[in-house]
Amino acid sequence: MKRFVYADNAATTPLSDTAFEAMKPWLTEFYGNPSSLYRIGRQAKEALNEARETVGKCLNAAEPVNVANDYKPGEIVFTGGGSQADNLAIRGFMHGPGAKGRKHIITSKIEHHAVLYTCEALEKEGFRVTYLDVDKQGHVDLEQLKNELSEDTALVTIMAANNEIGTIQPIAEIAALAHAAGAVFHTDAVQAVGHMHIDVQAMGIDMLSLSAHKFRGPRGVGVLYVKKGVALAPLIYGGGQERGLISGTENTAGCIGLAAALKEAVEGLDEKMAYVKKLNDRLVEGIMKIPYTHYTGDPVNRLPGTASFVFEAIEGEGLLLRLDSEGVCGSTGSACSTGSLDPSHVLMAIGLPHEIAHGSLRLTLGEQNTEEDVDYIIEAVTKVVAGLRALSPVWENGKPNLTAASNLHAH
Amino acid sequence: MQYTDKVFDHFSNPRNVGEIEDANGVGEVGNAKCGDIMKIYLKVSDDGVIEDVKFKTFGCGAAIATSSMATEMVKGKTLEEALKLTNKAVAEALDGLPPVKMHCSVLAEEALRSAIADYYKRMGKDPTEILGCDMDCAACHHDHDHVHDEF
Repeated sequence: MKRFVYADNAATTPLSDTAFEAMKPWLTEFYGNPSSLYRIGRQAKEALNEARETVGKCLNAAEPVNVANDYKPGEIVFTGGGSQADNLAIRGFMHGPGAKGRKHIITSKIEHHAVLYTCEALEKEGFRVTYLDVDKQGHVDLEQLKNELSEDTALVTIMAANNEIGTIQPIAEIAALAHAAGAVFHTDAVQAVGHMHIDVQAMGIDMLSLSAHKFRGPRGVGVLYVKKGVALAPLIYGGGQERGLISGTENTAGCIGLAAALKEAVEGLDEKMAYVKKLNDRLVEGIMKIPYTHYTGDPVNRLPGTASFVFEAIEGEGLLLRLDSEGVCGSTGSACSTGSLDPSHVLMAIGLPHEIAHGSLRLTLGEQNTEEDVDYIIEAVTKVVAGLRALSPVWENGKPNLTAASNLHAH
Repeated sequence: MQYTDKVFDHFSNPRNVGEIEDANGVGEVGNAKCGDIMKIYLKVSDDGVIEDVKFKTFGCGAAIATSSMATEMVKGKTLEEALKLTNKAVAEALDGLPPVKMHCSVLAEEALRSAIADYYKRMGKDPTEILGCDMDCAACHHDHDHVHDEF
């Protein structure tokens, strides 16, 4: 029987009831501007600071709210989402006094475009950027990191977990290496927060980006955690909100929804993620039974809900559209889904040949999925892959006839 | 980027899929590296009518839909008529394609012309005189790889 199965939780997640209920009064009843001095304005400011406290507790931040001056936020800076947080962290730090004139950034080849394109823009302004290689499972090359760190390195920015292949990076180790060289460490933890334990103090994180809608909060709101003492230049000029870094009247309801969703995600994280991982293992087992299918990313040290595959001799956009007809939502790193000729930079960086990378599929499960959903996905993917292979000129007699594919099998 | 209902129809239920065992014209264009390959098989009668046409395509939704539409548009036509089929006509027949997908309709036109060129070659005729080139599209697209290097 046909079902609707949402398996693209790394793209976005459905808003949780808890987050929605927490937001409601701040969308209707309490409309005061947090910068206003009268009572309903102060109420909004207090609620925002409570949300900061909540987020701070979830990340184990030392000083989420600035106790000395409650009109200045502490370590939790609300942003318009994960991309804005990444832009603020990198651009704000390199242009701010904290960089101390150092001009070098180290990042990796598999970062989100919010990080990569910000780095590229800074290169045009005269900063130097090193893009670290990754191995076949997507782990950054720590030896290369050690070699590249120098007295000129201001910032190391490495994602906590990859959005396409789910591989988790050793961020505590990377942070320690960065600090030893006198550099500051930022991590894009947009995919990680709410899905794995994050302790900014224990992990040595100086700045961390997160986004509410990846853990069942609302879209359009995020956080940049900025450790006390890390100085940034503003990203948006205006009324001076959020330490003057991102001016603009706060999205009160969004920030409160973010905090409520994060608190809910972090409570009982182990049980929830054990459940999601069990579903994911079942999914991987079922999908890998399809011939000429490859698993991408680290099979062990990965986000519990993320599974990523490539199917030989087919192309990802067609796969997605046909899965959509079956009621299954997933995503692909195929070039055809982006309008460029290249498949995803992540799949290229882990060394997949173009010919193979075009046939990628990412399925990301959440706690709202069931075993029945997983079995249905396996059935649908098996059917759709077979259907597209029957159409494919590079699929003959039950196997692919691509040269690049045979090279891949040789390894 | 939005596909029309017709694109979805031809992508979901493509017409003329497969191979023709005794084809007398076969054309293949594109490459797997770029994510599109189209192969068209023709069965042309002695009086120059396309009696049967089939295709196989590796590519996105638009690539499959344009292949399907192009084969449908030339089935039963003479070679002269088929050579008049343009990529724009294929795109229009699908009620339009997103701008980034127009190259798929170009591939469909090229795959068809390449199959017709192959037919002429097999008949001992020089396709260059009829088509304006020999439709060796792989050689013609030699600069394709350079595009990758620029990213």
